[in-house]
Amino acid sequence: MKRYYPVLILFITIVLIQVLTFLTGKGFLLTQLTMSAYYVLVGIGLCMVMGYAGQISLGQAGFFAIGGYTTAFLTTIDFSDKAGTGFFKILDTLGLLITKETLYGDTITHLSPWISLLAAVLIAGITAYALGIPVLKLKGHYLAMATMGFGIIIYRIVLGTSAFGEADGISNVPAFTIFPGLELSGDFTSRISNYYIAWALVIAAVVLMINLINSRVGRALRSLHGGEDASDAMGVDTARYKVLIFVIGAIFAALAGFFMTHYNGGIGPSEAGVGKSVRYVAIVAVGGMANIWGSLVMGLVLNFLSLRGVFGHFDDAVFGVILVVMMMFMPEGFIRIALLQDIRSLFNKFIGKNKRYEAKQGVDNE
Amino acid sequence: MSPEQVLQYIFAGITVGSIYAFVAIGYNIIYNTTGIINFAQGEFVMLGGMISFTFSRFIPLLPAITLAVLITAAIGGIIEIVFIRRMRKSSVLGMIVVTIGISILLREAALYIWDEQIRALRFFTGTEISSVNIFGARISPQVLWVFGVTSVIVGGLFLFFKYTLTGQAMRACSENDRAAKLCGIKTDTMVNLSFMLSAGIGALGGCVVSPLTQTHYAMGTDLAIKGFIVAILGGLGNPIAAVASGLLLGLIESFSISILPMAYKDAISVIILLIILVVKPSGLFGSKQASSLKDF
Repeated sequence: MKRYYPVLILFITIVLIQVLTFLTGKGFLLTQLTMSAYYVLVGIGLCMVMGYAGQISLGQAGFFAIGGYTTAFLTTIDFSDKAGTGFFKILDTLGLLITKETLYGDTITHLSPWISLLAAVLIAGITAYALGIPVLKLKGHYLAMATMGFGIIIYRIVLGTSAFGEADGISNVPAFTIFPGLELSGDFTSRISNYYIAWALVIAAVVLMINLINSRVGRALRSLHGGEDASDAMGVDTARYKVLIFVIGAIFAALAGFFMTHYNGGIGPSEAGVGKSVRYVAIVAVGGMANIWGSLVMGLVLNFLSLRGVFGHFDDAVFGVILVVMMMFMPEGFIRIALLQDIRSLFNKFIGKNKRYEAKQGVDNE
Repeated sequence: MSPEQVLQYIFAGITVGSIYAFVAIGYNIIYNTTGIINFAQGEFVMLGGMISFTFSRFIPLLPAITLAVLITAAIGGIIEIVFIRRMRKSSVLGMIVVTIGISILLREAALYIWDEQIRALRFFTGTEISSVNIFGARISPQVLWVFGVTSVIVGGLFLFFKYTLTGQAMRACSENDRAAKLCGIKTDTMVNLSFMLSAGIGALGGCVVSPLTQTHYAMGTDLAIKGFIVAILGGLGNPIAAVASGLLLGLIESFSISILPMAYKDAISVIILLIILVVKPSGLFGSKQASSLKDF
């Protein structure tokens, strides 16, 4: 049970934050905290891919966009003229068609977000699988570029296709009624419940990851990061594990995209941009690569500050500085259990006394 | 499609291809001496265009371009000393992340110095409406400048790497860093030189195409990606093949516009990249055996 203590702390923190915003009358902060949670979810998935499996992915925003655009596309098509016929009748009896009145008094019939949720996860998973098999054979620069290339393709497709709204994106995405009374939407009245939906999702993801890391798969992944050839020689099916974790990371990103789109009521092509993918990498890097909690905390803090507009015009520059500074001075990340010790050894490294630390660094970098 | 039209597309393709080649040459020079892909390469092109534009308002074109190339080369050198030298023993992953970070910083710095406006250097000869008639296709004289400068650069680089002592020393670093060091080559200096050289070449490319394609603070990312595609297409580490594949990609893109919507142009080149990476990562002109020994 010990491994779940941090999850408990996370849960308490989340509740505390909510109570605090309620008491101080700053409930509006929950909006950004909710959005941060979805970005954190992408970060956790990428943390597994980069930190544990040691594979860089610069295409995570592409998967986010797949999730978001799938649901935005499927839930905004109006089926009202076909509602009575064949296949749609079956959907209707299953409760998977939703009919409602628009602002202008027309009735529209659209697919239930449950279908698009399934579709989003499936499409992202299959895409990641199909992409992962050839691409994950590559290493280093080639892998970085191939995943970035995937991101660019997605970006160009959503930007150039009229069905996806081109530069405007898709808006008027309906709310997602998870069960009667609990609605996923950016509606003012459901702000608190949405905050908890988002963080419940994050907690579920974290629990899943903790279990995965401490399982046979997790050990295989760490051996992969340590040395791919070595773990291959020990009989670890490296290719399979790499693809597996890549698919999981993609599904996390797609889920985040799905929820974010319903929360915001729309999605635009900027969510698919390369800049976003780089940002996710920055967050995982600053969180310490193979450190879910680091990614979570830094993802929350940085995204929240960024969404609040604290960095102003320097928004992108801040992430650039983070990337450079972290990689140069703290390749192990900022959030660490032994942060104090880190500062000390960094200090020692500068005056060149701690040879053991340097030797250790040397081994780590290989 | 009439023959003139085909010719027009070809010229357009070669022009775009030349600028891709400039970026790819820069990648290759740095890759050869350090094994690093410098993702900030596209930013050097942008800096070249921006700096020369600023100077060209006060002084004639030639000194303005010279200054821009020298300043960008100096920036490249400084980047190497400040960031890359410290990182060189780090992992490839770390290196990718750092150079991406540097490219963001350069881009943001450019945004603050030159704002968001699109700028263009004035035409070297004539104006934007003057054109030269070549077999029925009408092209801007600037296109001829682009061809000329590209050829001079490629020829110059070839001679430099082949016959000068410095060029040979740089090649030695790429063959075997440690052996080069043992032969008395100052590898740090060579790496620094390679950054300056590739930054300078990138900047020169940025100046030459600026009248045609305009310069914008955020143009670097797209160029970095295209340049990388070209570098891979030609086989990483081969600057001369980069020119050939640069022209090839330029032509493919140019003709793809006539068939597919403009918006998918970039997607096509990326798909080419993915195919090359998966099918023949050593590139069109590269040797499979040689590339299997390299650590990408």
